[in-house]
Amino acid sequence: MKWETVIGLEVHTQLATQSKIFSGSSTAFGAAPNTQASAVDIALPGVLPVLNRGAVECAIRFGLAVGATLNRVNVFDRKNYFYPDLPKGYQISQLAKPIVEHGTLKIAVDDAEKTIRITRAHLEEDAGKSLHEDFHGMTGIDLNRAGTPLLEIVSEPDMRSSAEAVAYARALHTLVSWIGICDGNMQEGSFRVDANVSVRPVGQKEFGTRREIKNLNSFRFLQQAIDYEIRWQIETLEDGGRIQQATVLFDPDTGATRMMRSKEEAHDYRYFPDPDLLPVKLDESWIEAVRAALPELPAAMQARFQKDYGVSAYDATVLTGSRALAAYFEAAAQKSGQPKLAANWVMGELSAALNKAELDIAASPVSAAQLGALVNRIQDGTLSGKLAKQVFEGLWEGAGEVDAIIEARGLKQMSDSGELEAIVDAVLAANQKSVEEFRAGKDKAFNALVGQVMKASHGRANPAQVNELLKAKLQ
Amino acid sequence: MFESSISTLAARLAAKDISSRELAQAWLDRIGALNPVINAFITVDADKTLAEAAAADAMRVAGTAGPLTGVPVAHKDIFCTEGWLTTCGSKMLHNFVAPYDAHVIQRFKAAGLPSLGKTNMDEFAMGSSNETSFYGAVKNPWDVARVPGGSSGGAAACVAARMAPAATGTDTGGSIRQPAAFTGITGLKPTYGLVSRYGMIAFASSLDQAGPMAKSAEDCALLLNVMTGFDPNDSTSLDRAKEDYTRDLDKPLAGVRVGLPREFFAAGLDGTVAAAVETAIGELKKLGAIPVDISLANSRLAIPVYYVLAPAEASSNLSRFDGVRYGHRATEYADLDDMYAKTRAQGFGAEVKRRILIGTYVLSHGYYDAYYVQAQKIRRLIADDFREAFKACDLILGPTTPGTAFRIGEISDDPVQMYLNDLYTIPANLAGLPGMSLPCGFDAQGLPIGLQLVGNYFDEARMLNVAHQYQRVTDWHTRRPEGLQ
Amino acid sequence: MSLSTDDIKRIARLARIEIDDAQAQATQGQLNTIFGLIAAMQAVNTTGIAPMAHAQEVFQRLREDAVTEADRRDAFQAIAPAVENGLYLVPRVIE
Repeated sequence: MKWETVIGLEVHTQLATQSKIFSGSSTAFGAAPNTQASAVDIALPGVLPVLNRGAVECAIRFGLAVGATLNRVNVFDRKNYFYPDLPKGYQISQLAKPIVEHGTLKIAVDDAEKTIRITRAHLEEDAGKSLHEDFHGMTGIDLNRAGTPLLEIVSEPDMRSSAEAVAYARALHTLVSWIGICDGNMQEGSFRVDANVSVRPVGQKEFGTRREIKNLNSFRFLQQAIDYEIRWQIETLEDGGRIQQATVLFDPDTGATRMMRSKEEAHDYRYFPDPDLLPVKLDESWIEAVRAALPELPAAMQARFQKDYGVSAYDATVLTGSRALAAYFEAAAQKSGQPKLAANWVMGELSAALNKAELDIAASPVSAAQLGALVNRIQDGTLSGKLAKQVFEGLWEGAGEVDAIIEARGLKQMSDSGELEAIVDAVLAANQKSVEEFRAGKDKAFNALVGQVMKASHGRANPAQVNELLKAKLQ
Repeated sequence: MFESSISTLAARLAAKDISSRELAQAWLDRIGALNPVINAFITVDADKTLAEAAAADAMRVAGTAGPLTGVPVAHKDIFCTEGWLTTCGSKMLHNFVAPYDAHVIQRFKAAGLPSLGKTNMDEFAMGSSNETSFYGAVKNPWDVARVPGGSSGGAAACVAARMAPAATGTDTGGSIRQPAAFTGITGLKPTYGLVSRYGMIAFASSLDQAGPMAKSAEDCALLLNVMTGFDPNDSTSLDRAKEDYTRDLDKPLAGVRVGLPREFFAAGLDGTVAAAVETAIGELKKLGAIPVDISLANSRLAIPVYYVLAPAEASSNLSRFDGVRYGHRATEYADLDDMYAKTRAQGFGAEVKRRILIGTYVLSHGYYDAYYVQAQKIRRLIADDFREAFKACDLILGPTTPGTAFRIGEISDDPVQMYLNDLYTIPANLAGLPGMSLPCGFDAQGLPIGLQLVGNYFDEARMLNVAHQYQRVTDWHTRRPEGLQ
Repeated sequence: MSLSTDDIKRIARLARIEIDDAQAQATQGQLNTIFGLIAAMQAVNTTGIAPMAHAQEVFQRLREDAVTEADRRDAFQAIAPAVENGLYLVPRVIE
């Protein structure tokens, strides 16, 4: 039987506010346990929540960025359950009237574009952390994270493969970082993904029973977990088994998913509107001010890059991986006037060097202006690709500007044909054997001669010119 | 001195006729003598009280004293008070020394009113008799075999027994007004949102409101001036211009339209109470007030609605009492869930558990719409009735309770009978309207009878005006229980 | 409608309140009496009536995004049942 996979994602993004969603505690990561847990965060008797304007504004920004409906009046509900990292015994969330509904996000997989529908995005508070190191058989609770604002972004089950799910998660990750509502730090849990996965026979209309994989904090784990889950579900069904709705965890060590023990019991969250919080009203003037302050969004920028700079759809997606990268590319493209060549250098040499050094584009030792200047010197024939790489190394080391490095290191491509001719003659004289072999019909011997000339010129000769000259001399 | 009004005490303090320390000591001595009988206080801490009184005296010396600086008051044990045991009447918080002050406490501190201690109350404010307190029942000073009402029973009893010049209370379904009626004092529940709920341990968040309990409407007005005010820490606190609630006390009542809801004088009302209320209406007529017949047709549904909404909110509000961060924790348990279940089974009393279970049920899957949403809809119908009624009248008047104080143990095993006590008080909470109770007579056993006023939103000053004018021509509020010397 | 003892046990479990069979039976009687009182509500036609969740028809006030709280861990943990290294301790949690 042929199977089709159906995936929907729920993504928890920690919002990049200074203070918590309902208290004035800091949201900074990494503080000593419970030192950023105020009376409100630890739910002392009598305390009350007051909503953070910054968190609401982040949600508005997101809603506008995905072309969603912003519910002008939205409501906070209580989700009731007991857990030690949930101090009030309920999480303040939004159920019936979330702030954001009906958005879309475009993804590209293998150059095919697809639109993923975003069902809703709602504001809620994060829980604390349970530390399972051994405290005499007890668990330690740190409530520093409790009350950190989250935007939970829920997609429709529109994805059909792990690749699409990863593409969507990446696009979302780019977007929330792009519009400045999330720092995107997945190691620190700022962007956590739950994947709802089911399979069904191709052609069947109804969805299969889904299992939810909780808390995936890297794109690689997302891919691995979904792929494992798909295989497991198909095998189970083909063996005549049935899928039970379940919540599972992915174990990166085994590459497998397993049922969460704490979630076995059926929940009844008893949602109801939080009587401590009033309905939230979004004024048009506020929405318009947020809209006016939005940066150009990745999708618009991708379209513009394709149109204005002639880069491919795939390259445009790569170049808009972050706002800083896109700005860098655009500066280099404009400086050089050679957008495609600039794009190749940004995605090639520069990205590789940054990756190797584990540096962010913002910390690049080579500026966009310098890369643009380098591209210029390639375009005008001063540098061959090979020489350009040496100049790039110089730039990376901080050896100065492009022309100065070329000068200082003697990396200018040979433009004087007299000088080149002398080298060619010397090489031919010194390699009579190769000359004879070439004349005897061995084409390989020609390449050897080119190599010798390039070597003798210390790489400064223009390979095309060398070819031409050699051919002329050997005929 | 124990009969003095707050303004008299304030005047003596201002004249330096007496110091706050002396005043506090005198009241502490009286508390020491009477509390073993009345059990109005859960916590008395003379050192803390006297330190606060000394601070008030220092304010006077420094010239920073306000109108009531130095007048001691008692606080219901529902208000978190930094450094004080704050139990909310529950075993669950038997060891909870609050690490912060409720907004109301902050306001009293800032105004220089020392605390005489923390008053007894029904556990988590759930009760109408004060019998649900883990710290024992409070006795009604008029007859110590009877309840003082609840949940602010300790506050009411301590004012009635003259163990404090005044006290704070809270009112979710009648918890200020019903005990005020049962003990012959004056108590006021303000418009929802006027007094901050921050630091007031929540029972039913959308209904809870704190207010003053004192010997007279005038005293209530003075205390209301201290208690009200915008608090940015409470999202439901209303950002309004500060009012002086004494401003209209002396206004004549000529032409004031007093609405008499038919439903509040129907079957179920004790005859003696009805007669006392009728007499009070007569007094008000003499003062120029005009009685108007009105109807609050949906108020008959107030109790059903309340016993869905209040337990629902409470079931969630009380989830934080889990033995993890403060309060009681069971000593023996098998695992985490067992720790929760035993902690909560041991820490909560029977009535609190009952309401948590009701609330859990009405919010649970499959019942939410039929109970919770239906109750919220009828809540609107009840509020709309008031809105309509206030087109025809300026103020609503009726009995505070169907009867007078009952005997301790008389109905404690019958929750429904207990709940019916709040028949006339709950509608104002559901609508968010201000209400007050003031004494208007005694029954054959010599037990006080309460007259209830319900004002329109933010119309506290008018309510206090009517009450004060009534108290100028009657002396019910000056009567005090015999035999408590 | 009336609640069974199984209903009572289910909601007691949801509310994390230990209850034995005898208590469940006693509670069943009391709760059914109370729900008898509440039943008066069910006959009311509320079609088209908006639920009233708050006493005042006002909207949520918003707090500026600023850190206003200082570290008060020591004061807060002085009243905690069990702490170690600044953490609240609970019986082992199994995920």
